[in-house]
Amino acid sequence: MKPTRGFFGRGNRDPRLPPGQYDVGRDWPVLTAEPTPTLSTATWTFSVGGLVEQPMKWTWDEIVALPDSTYSGDIHCVTTWSKLGVSFRGVSVDTLLAAARPSASASHVLATTHTGYTTNLPLEDVTAGQAWVVWEFGGEPLAREHGGPARLLVPHLYFWKSAKWVSGLQVMDHDEPGFWEQNGYHDRGDPWREERYQGD
Amino acid sequence: MTAGILGGKSGIRVTEGLAAPPPGKWQSATVVQVRRETATAKSFRMELAEPSDHLAGQHYVLRLTAPDGYTASRSYSVASAPDGSQEIELTVERLPEGEVSSFLHDEVVVGDELEVRGPIGGWFVWRGDKPALLLGGGSGLVPLMAMLRLAHRMGRSDLARLIVSVRSPEDLYYSAELTRLGAEVLYTRRTPQGWLRPAGRLTTADLPAPIGPETTVFVCGSSGFADAATDTLLRAGVESEGVRVERFGPTR
Repeated sequence: MKPTRGFFGRGNRDPRLPPGQYDVGRDWPVLTAEPTPTLSTATWTFSVGGLVEQPMKWTWDEIVALPDSTYSGDIHCVTTWSKLGVSFRGVSVDTLLAAARPSASASHVLATTHTGYTTNLPLEDVTAGQAWVVWEFGGEPLAREHGGPARLLVPHLYFWKSAKWVSGLQVMDHDEPGFWEQNGYHDRGDPWREERYQGD
Repeated sequence: MTAGILGGKSGIRVTEGLAAPPPGKWQSATVVQVRRETATAKSFRMELAEPSDHLAGQHYVLRLTAPDGYTASRSYSVASAPDGSQEIELTVERLPEGEVSSFLHDEVVVGDELEVRGPIGGWFVWRGDKPALLLGGGSGLVPLMAMLRLAHRMGRSDLARLIVSVRSPEDLYYSAELTRLGAEVLYTRRTPQGWLRPAGRLTTADLPAPIGPETTVFVCGSSGFADAATDTLLRAGVESEGVRVERFGPTR
């Protein structure tokens, strides 16, 4: 592509930034398409269903009692900001799936939320230590506007895959576009390949 | 299609057949007009090499490329109504540390070529077929302006009602046009002289009553504005199913 007249770029060229991303620094932009819900941990649940041998449902007290797991690293939003060196704590999706035992034909999951938002992911992107359900950010409870009490975290994909207010995973034997995916966004969303929109 | 497995009350739904097509490829856009809106905002009208009709509320991504190949991209809402022309207008607020917005403000002149991709978005869009209440805070007015302009272009000004909240008179974009199109302006810090409504944030008293279930409410602004506006709407009895939000900017 041709350089833009007069533009030399003073942006951060940190190697942790995927192509087309900028470092948002200490800010954490909030991008949601709907009013922020108020969810009580007293009634909150998380389910794993669909093509599993043992459908599971955890209450808040049950899920936070599971072996915890942390992520330290970077997150990347499709709207071009990245936030570097963050940390989250929660439970590995591996732990949750192990309890439910996906059947042999399982290939994808659809993450569902307490608001109705959905996002689709290949099973191989939410296993092997790559995905979490998290309730702490930087040692503090996850704020409501960032998906609290708990959100999905799949940090190697664009952040719309890390569904806020997550309520469960539906295990499937096919891919089924979620909310943004039906609205033109990519089914996988790898920031290093700039898989932003359908067809990328 | 996913409704069956969602169960319960779901706020956000994609109606089948209404999803927007994927955006086109990167293309060149030639700046044909630059207009100052406020001390910190400018509108850039550009002619697209490969025009495509947008929906009111959609945005384009704009990408700058340095000689060494470094790129910087940001998304900007289209302010102009879909009008069948080859042009779109983006209104850009100059952010203090904004690498792209300050370049656009300080460097870009008529005749420059910029790289854009779009139109993008299938959720925060109004197709001009149902009543809409538009609530904008500051620069969040931009996509709502495309909706208001569309309503007037279609001769359906009855369908769209716009309320915009700004700090003070000099922060208001499109001031004369907003007056002409019958938009309501709320000032949160300082009003023009003789303004009847005292300065203050949006309250339920500022909302039209009633807001029927057939109305879609579009809220766009900073995170603080979006939270305050949606809380006000919910207090006024609007169901969260009827509210679509686009927000930007950091949390505190």
